[in-house]
Amino acid sequence: MAEKRSLGKEFTKGLLKENPVLRLVLGTCPTLAVTTSVESALGMGAAAAIVLVCSNIVISALRKVIPSKVRIPCYIVVIAAFVTIVQMLVKAFLPQIDEQLGVYLPLIVVNCIILGRAEAFAGKNPIVASALDGLGMGVGFTAALLAMGAIRELLGAGTLLGHQIIPGAIAPMIIFILPPGGFFVFGMLIACANRLAERKGKPRATLSCGSCPMADACAHAACETAEAKEGEAK
Amino acid sequence: MSFTKKLTVSASPHVRSPETTTGIMLDVIIALIPALAASVWLFGPRTLLVTATTILTCMLSEFLSRKIMKRSGTLGDLSAIVTGILLAFNLPATIPLWVAAIGGVVAIVVVKQFFGGIGQNFVNPALVGRIVLMASFPTMMSTWVQPFAWRGAQAVTTASPLASITSMLATGDVSAAALSTNTALPSLWQMLIGQRQGCLGEVCAVALLLGFAYLLIRRVITPTIPLTYIGTVAVIMLIAGKGSLPFVAYEVLGGGLLLGAIFMATDYTTSPINFKGKLIYGIGCGILTALIRLFGSLPEGVSFSIIIMNILVPHIERLTTPKPFGSVKEPKKRQEKEAKV
Repeated sequence: MAEKRSLGKEFTKGLLKENPVLRLVLGTCPTLAVTTSVESALGMGAAAAIVLVCSNIVISALRKVIPSKVRIPCYIVVIAAFVTIVQMLVKAFLPQIDEQLGVYLPLIVVNCIILGRAEAFAGKNPIVASALDGLGMGVGFTAALLAMGAIRELLGAGTLLGHQIIPGAIAPMIIFILPPGGFFVFGMLIACANRLAERKGKPRATLSCGSCPMADACAHAACETAEAKEGEAK
Repeated sequence: MSFTKKLTVSASPHVRSPETTTGIMLDVIIALIPALAASVWLFGPRTLLVTATTILTCMLSEFLSRKIMKRSGTLGDLSAIVTGILLAFNLPATIPLWVAAIGGVVAIVVVKQFFGGIGQNFVNPALVGRIVLMASFPTMMSTWVQPFAWRGAQAVTTASPLASITSMLATGDVSAAALSTNTALPSLWQMLIGQRQGCLGEVCAVALLLGFAYLLIRRVITPTIPLTYIGTVAVIMLIAGKGSLPFVAYEVLGGGLLLGAIFMATDYTTSPINFKGKLIYGIGCGILTALIRLFGSLPEGVSFSIIIMNILVPHIERLTTPKPFGSVKEPKKRQEKEAKV
């Protein structure tokens, strides 16, 4: 990465400014699918965060060994190994969570956030920075899922973590635990995150091509690098 | 120099129409009043309470969201009142008032103001309010009372007319004789004056047609969309009912078809501009409504059909934009062909 950032910033950027779900809009499938309750949102967030930190560390450590042509399969193997470990642990100690998450737990292997961070960050940066990046992104992901899960469970079922919060006399709005409600809450949280990240006084936060996993295949990024090279030549 | 004094120099547009948003919305409100009156006659004074609740929440939501987003106030254009009335017309008389209020907030804040306010909403706000409530509170939204129950008439809860004729179609006999012997079904005259179960505003066909006539006379809407919409439903139902005319009449008068076709599908923001577009849009609405009624799991599909066609309007507009005389589209096609090769 061209710009040097402090290690603290590597951690905090994932919380809001480059929040994987609300700002980068990655991993929306698990986000919408498992946030019908706080419990499953928390389980999903924690599982993904653990996998993210571990895979970031290993991929960063191996970044000079992995040939760039086959890096994606290599990343997937590393990620799949950690997902298998996490899945076995969850099955053994938290069978209830495993039941709630269902197929979405093994699907962490192809979670865009994890692969995206491996491609955009861990494959290019040293171990400590990659670990902090993974931790920040993992916490950001978990926080976003928790917020969505809390809103959807509270309004859609009247409960929080299974405890009745809204009195039973008031019928909950079932739409919030249905897919359309998920999209409503998702959109509104994205709006809130954008508002917070771009508060007045601060320059408008733009996401550089460096943080985009598609940068290598993207025409826009190619133009940008070509322009930059031209600028250097002049 | 004296010559310039006789000229009024101003920036374009030079030709102005006396029509204003407020004026058009006022016409729509006037056109809705007969249906409101009929609804009070049929379902009692609670109708007014429900309508007042939705109107007030719509106005309050509009005012507050414009204020919070630091935009100009738009209460004066009366569009929030129209949305409020239309939302109330899509609710049953027994709806709890807080549920009606949620519908108003969803309609104005989520559908209208999040997308930029009047003229920017991509679907009809009142219809989304209704659909959100239907998905959230299915039992409350399908609990009907018999008309005149408020005056102490015997309140018999039976299946709605649409549901009964759908089940009759499933058994295969919808001939005039079979329809007239079904005692659960109101007569066609009762259907016409609204003496049947249903949402507040959709039951009285005569009042809705009165509003339609007013809108046509005032040239607020053109008849294209309502006529193609209702016509398409009628033709499909004629085929489905094997030529039984009373069956077609029940299908046209039942459910929210008239209300939807006259007042909801014709919303300026969410319907096509030119004649060809309106034709496609109306026929599309009709086909979808007929398909949902005949093959869907819900008895009624007017709101979903209109919403789906609302979303397709930008594409319909692109297909039906008139080409300027003499314009040539040839080069672009050739490029595409070359690209394909």
